Amino acid sequence: MLETNATDDADIKFGVLHMTPGQIRRFRRIPLAVVWLLITFAVVWVLFLADRSWTARTSAGAAIEEPGEFIVTLLDGLTFAGLLFVVAAGFTLIFGLMRTVNMAHGAFFLLAAYIAIDVQKRMVGKTRNIETDDVSMLQWIIPLLVGATIAAVLGVVMQQLFLRWNQGQDLRQAIITMAVTVILADQMLFQYGGLAKKMVWPGDTVRFFDIMGQRYASSRLFMLGISLVVGVLLWLWLNRTRMGMVIRAGVDDKDMVRALGINVTVVFGVTFFVGSFLAGMGGAMGGSFAGVALGTDGQWLLNSLIVVIIGGLGSIKGAAAGSLLYGMVTAFSPAYLPADYTFYSIIFTFVILAVVLAVRPNGLFGRSE
Amino acid sequence: MKLSSRSLAVAVACLFLLLLPSFGSEFFVDFVMTRTLMLGLAASTIVFLSSYVGMNSLAQWLIFGVAGFVVGNVVAESGRGLTLGWAPWSGVPIALVIATSLALLLGALSARSTGIYFLMLTLTYAVIGFYFFGQVTTFSGFGGMTGIDAPSFFLGHPKRLYYVAVVLSLLAYVGFRAVAKTPFGMALQGVRDDPIRMSSLGFNVQALRMLAFGLAGFVAGIAGVLNIWWNGQIDPSSISIGPTLDLFIIAVIGGIVHLEGAWLGAFVFVAANIYLRDIPLLGRIGGVIEDRILAAERFNTVIGLVLLLIMLISPDGLAGMVARGQRTFRSGRAETPAGPAPTPTPDEPSAATP
Repeated sequence: MLETNATDDADIKFGVLHMTPGQIRRFRRIPLAVVWLLITFAVVWVLFLADRSWTARTSAGAAIEEPGEFIVTLLDGLTFAGLLFVVAAGFTLIFGLMRTVNMAHGAFFLLAAYIAIDVQKRMVGKTRNIETDDVSMLQWIIPLLVGATIAAVLGVVMQQLFLRWNQGQDLRQAIITMAVTVILADQMLFQYGGLAKKMVWPGDTVRFFDIMGQRYASSRLFMLGISLVVGVLLWLWLNRTRMGMVIRAGVDDKDMVRALGINVTVVFGVTFFVGSFLAGMGGAMGGSFAGVALGTDGQWLLNSLIVVIIGGLGSIKGAAAGSLLYGMVTAFSPAYLPADYTFYSIIFTFVILAVVLAVRPNGLFGRSE
Repeated sequence: MKLSSRSLAVAVACLFLLLLPSFGSEFFVDFVMTRTLMLGLAASTIVFLSSYVGMNSLAQWLIFGVAGFVVGNVVAESGRGLTLGWAPWSGVPIALVIATSLALLLGALSARSTGIYFLMLTLTYAVIGFYFFGQVTTFSGFGGMTGIDAPSFFLGHPKRLYYVAVVLSLLAYVGFRAVAKTPFGMALQGVRDDPIRMSSLGFNVQALRMLAFGLAGFVAGIAGVLNIWWNGQIDPSSISIGPTLDLFIIAVIGGIVHLEGAWLGAFVFVAANIYLRDIPLLGRIGGVIEDRILAAERFNTVIGLVLLLIMLISPDGLAGMVARGQRTFRSGRAETPAGPAPTPTPDEPSAATP
């Protein structure tokens, strides 16, 4: 066997399959250069070139001419990024500690939204045509908490029943959560039907104000505020409490934490609770922001995946960076693409993903395993 | 040549499939078995990637769908899309070239990611593909395309398409197992087992992964072309996240470490889809209330429960159950406890926990 190895290798090594490490390294520098070129072009386009008579027509003008449109787009990106962060932080928290890819994250999002909408209807006492002025702050927050708590409890039940005893088999766990998704999605279709539903913002938050000639709804800023509060609370929890310390240690070295006599099972349960709670909170917020319908679960699973792939799996910092980048791209690409091509904006999602992966395969803040 | 019980079983299955049209009903051949073979062909690419290269891909259904969309754009004469209206056969090479190039591109992009990260990445590609075909009305739009004719050779002859599906499935099965024995396939299995060692031995691990993904994409493209000929229409919702997961579920139900499991899983899936509602007790799982419009069938709930059950009991699926049953049976018959444990054949992937 050993003598024949040399000839076998010679057969296998051909063309691109055989590059010296130096060649491979030089090969990898190309993407970074392309990335900087693309970023520079995008910035120049948005700032100076968009919607000039000698370039293509876009729905928003160049930033130096139309600062209002630019700021509104920026705010759109920021507020959407806030919502993305709430949902993706839950996803990444669970993955970071337990290496579980929770495919049911989107399903929890949708379920919490449906429940919150139902609870809100009960509280307001109207089944249809609820106006924002009918809804008080409490009638928005309590449905949100109810929906999120139910999602969180469901998450913990799923974790305790199906995932606790096969810790470490990541593909098996992903498929189990996939099965839960399929069941949940089907049951939700059965319960709530296929029509779009919407939660109603509390009346106090829906005011319109003026930004350099552009009308803007304060409810989006309200959403951003909630996201910031969630972010700060998460940071405090993870960095200033004993439980947070244990979780951060668990992300680094689970076995060591267990060996130190800490009850990891409880920590896992709590993390799953918080992660699913965040998905549910995001569901209620997203339900007020854009409404939910059949298929929203897949969409938000996609959103969470994109954010954590960009930001790096398991990193809260990465979730923040990823949501910011993804939120900005989804806000800017339809506004600043030539008008005939706005429907190509989905490609930009793919482009940022490809670009980030080409330069940093583990995401911006991810660690290589 | 050693005739193992495994290849014997495959040979018997092939014989059965070839003779089936002479005694099976037309409905069974066309709607159950042709569909089974197409889905099995697509699922076998997942199994190939998973068991020989260690890549768990959710993008195979996307490539399957892209091949269909390409055929649709090239062949259809009216409706949405490019409507080039070329001859039906001309769609095949174009679709296969585009499907393979797409697979190579996606493979190159994700070649450095492994394990669960790769799974998520490919899921992301799949969902982006869905939105792409939904939003970009140049190629389809959410309404989808209809009236995509198969070549006249197949029109009105569902059995011909069936035979083509049988032959292609067999070719893919034999081909994948043959590839595994070539130096290229050996290198792939090396990449699966220890990428770091392989790269220090001088193999370009990423290029190998990319090529394997391209090969799988080519086969998935073939399945996609067959599907569009069978179906005659395609729309973005048929490549949305649900069907994407379904194909993966097929591979998992069959057993993701055994190639023949792909077709087994496809058969279970298709048969369940068609016959489940006829089974008195099982068809009513998940709360069937007669006065609700949507309550007629809860197929997805049942398939989800089946998947959950399989994952909880036997992570290597039905094929794994069969293999284990066989082993128990054999060791019981031989009654030689001192004998060595049944060693897997060289091309058989180690039954690592997924």
